[in-house]
Amino acid sequence: MAQDHDHDPQHGHEHLHGHEHLHDHPDHAHGSTLTPVEARVRALESLLLEKGYVQADALDALVEHYETRVGPHDGARVVARAWTDPAYRERLLADATPAIAELGIGGRGGEHMVVVENTPDTHNLVVCTLCSCYPWPVLGLPPVWYKAPPYRARAVIDPRGVLAEFGLTLPDTTRITVWDSTAETRFMVLPRRPDGTESLSEAGLAALVTRDSMIGTGLPLAPEAGR
Amino acid sequence: MNGAQDLGGAHGFGPVVAEADEPIFHAPWERRVFALALAMGYTGAWTLDGSRAARESLPPAEYLSSSYYEIWLAALESQIVATGLATREEIAGGVSEASAKPVARVLRAEETPPRFSAGFPSDRPAEGPALFSVGDAVLTRNDHPTGHTRLPRYARGRRGVVERVHGAFVLPDASAVGRDVPPQWLYTVGFAAADLWGASADPGGRVTVAAFEGYLLPGAAR
Repeated sequence: MAQDHDHDPQHGHEHLHGHEHLHDHPDHAHGSTLTPVEARVRALESLLLEKGYVQADALDALVEHYETRVGPHDGARVVARAWTDPAYRERLLADATPAIAELGIGGRGGEHMVVVENTPDTHNLVVCTLCSCYPWPVLGLPPVWYKAPPYRARAVIDPRGVLAEFGLTLPDTTRITVWDSTAETRFMVLPRRPDGTESLSEAGLAALVTRDSMIGTGLPLAPEAGR
Repeated sequence: MNGAQDLGGAHGFGPVVAEADEPIFHAPWERRVFALALAMGYTGAWTLDGSRAARESLPPAEYLSSSYYEIWLAALESQIVATGLATREEIAGGVSEASAKPVARVLRAEETPPRFSAGFPSDRPAEGPALFSVGDAVLTRNDHPTGHTRLPRYARGRRGVVERVHGAFVLPDASAVGRDVPPQWLYTVGFAAADLWGASADPGGRVTVAAFEGYLLPGAAR
């Protein structure tokens, strides 16, 4: 896959690694080190704090929640449970939100979950062509590529070509269903359990379940890789 | 609206470029924009649909040349101004020059994890029976509203089949502008890829959208 970010307009301003941490180092506020967007965000946050519309510790709590707690490890738990418990799998495919809640998982962006199962004949791929809808409680916040125009444009018209760019080439006999997340229903793929995993524990299985395998742009890891 | 956000089927954007070991945020300011947008949404001054409408209302050239959180930032600023919570001048200066406008809620730190782990469901009690059932043939409307809507252009005026009935939900088209209308039935509608993309379709492929009842007409079985 190409790694040249210059070809992707959504990446243009993403790489401000570094030294000006707006919140933890307010001393930089009046220095020349702030980029225009950093200064703009800082002004907005100051204003909204002063107005009392937001509270600083609540903003920190939001960041902490989505940066450290919510992520694809939770979706992987759901998949591993479905692989090991046939009754759970049935509940998950029939009505995903309460089944996911059984594992203590849920929340914003996952209020109305739909889980779609890969089979030998059908591969599922999830996209949001209109914005960036993504099942936050099971997968965390979406990667940049999921939100950027190339994926949103092509997943629906050329899914096989998109999958090839992820290194995934499916047999011609495997049909692809693309799920465009156009409402508050949110989709997660239940990938096929890899061969040779009969002896793995549920936790061992979960370690094989990648984020991309739950979007449909990848497959679970082979058991050797997950051990 | 037929804005730059409606990307399904567009050509020319190049390959999908995935970043190895991608961080959740790429710069500290992105964290702040993310949190500000969620916390301001929590005040009740606007809806999530309103935020999506504000983002897609950016001029197409600006939308396509902005990073994701730059789009969020521009939309957040415009929503704050549009709802009278602050002025453009206050936003530019970062200093309040007038008293705050009352808001319904202010997010507190201790309620943040439980509140966002509970979620904010958008289904509502149905006010009437569903017009369609699983298996029904439907024709999507070929409408082009200038306001917010959630039927992508590629799926307008197309024949599909109802695959799931999800219940009644808040209608984004109305919610985006704070208009109170009855909840609408929401369906998964499946299309043969060939009915959307013709000869260039992935052979045997299917595409589904989540479509509100108002987007659909009864379609003759084929």
